[in-house]
Amino acid sequence: MTGGVRECDVLVIGGGPAGLCAALAAASCGVGVIMAERDGHLGGQLAKQTHKFFGSARQFGGERGFLIAQRLAAEAENAAGIEILTETPVLGIYEDGVATLLHRGGHMKVRPRKIVAACGAAENFLAFEGNDLPGVCSAGAAETLINAQGVLPGRRALMVGGGNVGLMVAYQLLQAGMEVPALINHAPQIDGYWVHAAKIRRSGVPILNSTTIKSAYGNGQVEGAIICEVDENRQPLPGTERRVECDLICLAVGLSPLNGLCQQAGAALAYIPELSGHVPVTDEYLRTSQEGLYAAGDAAGVEEAATAMEEGKIAGLSAAVALGYGGTAAQEALTEAAAELKRLREGPMSERIRRGLAVLRSEVIKC
Amino acid sequence: MRIREHPILRFPAGGKISFFFDGREVEAFEGDTVAGALTAAGLRILAHSRRLGRPRGLFCAIGNCASCLMEVDGQPNVRVCVEKVRPGMQVCSQAGKGRLL
Amino acid sequence: MLAKDGLPEEGDLRAVMPDEKKLAAGPAAIIECWQEIPCDACARACPNYAILPMPNLYERPQVDFSRCRGCGVCLSACPGLAIFIADGSRSEGAVLRLPYEFLPLPQAGQRVAGLGRAGEVLGKFLVLDVTGANMRENPAVIFLLVPPDMAMRVRNISLEGA
Repeated sequence: MTGGVRECDVLVIGGGPAGLCAALAAASCGVGVIMAERDGHLGGQLAKQTHKFFGSARQFGGERGFLIAQRLAAEAENAAGIEILTETPVLGIYEDGVATLLHRGGHMKVRPRKIVAACGAAENFLAFEGNDLPGVCSAGAAETLINAQGVLPGRRALMVGGGNVGLMVAYQLLQAGMEVPALINHAPQIDGYWVHAAKIRRSGVPILNSTTIKSAYGNGQVEGAIICEVDENRQPLPGTERRVECDLICLAVGLSPLNGLCQQAGAALAYIPELSGHVPVTDEYLRTSQEGLYAAGDAAGVEEAATAMEEGKIAGLSAAVALGYGGTAAQEALTEAAAELKRLREGPMSERIRRGLAVLRSEVIKC
Repeated sequence: MRIREHPILRFPAGGKISFFFDGREVEAFEGDTVAGALTAAGLRILAHSRRLGRPRGLFCAIGNCASCLMEVDGQPNVRVCVEKVRPGMQVCSQAGKGRLL
Repeated sequence: MLAKDGLPEEGDLRAVMPDEKKLAAGPAAIIECWQEIPCDACARACPNYAILPMPNLYERPQVDFSRCRGCGVCLSACPGLAIFIADGSRSEGAVLRLPYEFLPLPQAGQRVAGLGRAGEVLGKFLVLDVTGANMRENPAVIFLLVPPDMAMRVRNISLEGA
């Protein structure tokens, strides 16, 4: 401690899959890590996901999300060199390189030599009449209540959004004993994996494409929704309105990277729709334009848990190598993680991500 | 409503406690968030909007947004989706921006 | 239609079905995984190397039916719950194995509604067995006796009204 400021090699912000893998990778090189997680537990949003994940053996593909989260959290808790601070949000990263953490009601100041920002993403909102009624919530909120707290957010939920989050959470609502009268999707085709769609279809949930929500209604809280069809320009088609009785409306309309800390630290951001919004400009080692700051996981571009894990490893190892730790083993691990990340993104399902990353990486020279 | 049985997850109930929502006693379990306990009790209106007085409820449940701000033990603007219940805690629908003093 | 709601058409199904001889000879895996997903969980799980290895992670699973014994390990491993086992060797009908992740589970000997891929009721069928009742790690497996022509149609069950 110098002047109340703690020194450390690497500060990892966020204890989700990217942050956990970053901390583990850095610590495996002998680096001292402080990991700050705003929530009371590790694992991030993976901790509440009951479905099995895709991916290779390296990302525990084939295991349920919460079990992967438990596995990574236990590894981090048992690893030498990782100090885990839960219920500790990072408030800011300042010009002098000091990060302020809110810890046990007080401010903890940390001056790390490197920082990995693995802050995750936030779910998007949607504009429609009555969208502020209690009972309109994000799909992730329903998932949190059900899977993390054992509480039913309602009895009958309309799911809005045809991506993987919408499809998966609709299935999880059914598993918890709720009814799902429909999943609506404004696009003409679903965006999520067909196998996830098949699971809710064979449970009898209709998937209504080219359909949007026009309004939510209810006296003080949601009692139903008016949905309608949209034309090829995604404009509502008059006369197609339908009433859906429900007490919950779940919005699964995308996520936005939580880029606030990177931006405040001075890292250049770029708007890349394929990566879900404003993301820090990073190179292949996940270095941002701000010296010593790395970004990984959804905060660096919304993707999947498997890619977040490999990105975390790359950021953690890059930081360790830059500090002179790890030797050739770290270099090799870095090469392996980069190769695995490439492997995860090679298929046609990752075309959009590859396009976004190509634009993002072309931004690096401008910084 | 609480989930009684789930195909994949178990929810070991913590000890029963109670807290107060606008003066009314609400049952909860240790480890619950305030928003979780209120939702389980069927209470979904957490606040009213500042200008138009429209009801407000939970949106993100993980502390990202500001939809569930309430007054907890006299402190305003607490995100009750990530605030754990404590026995006897006084949780109130917040009027306007809230006041510290 | 697959792109609209994940429902395969005749041609899609024919491409993943074992031939009639194989179906009549014993259990075999039917993998209804239609997209090139970065996942090799089934190939890694198969103890008989009947699901071809995937040098490219995104390749679709391909079953070598000459090696598939219908053991069902892949059914439990598949993250998409997209693998079903069909056995046409029994005289009393086809035995289907379905992954299932709901409560309550049916009991062996119970008759339940068999549902198609769109959740439509296709009839009442006999549950022969239920394994893997603890679903914490893997789905349960429902063994359902269906008429042979239903083996490629029934994909779920419902206990409602059972």
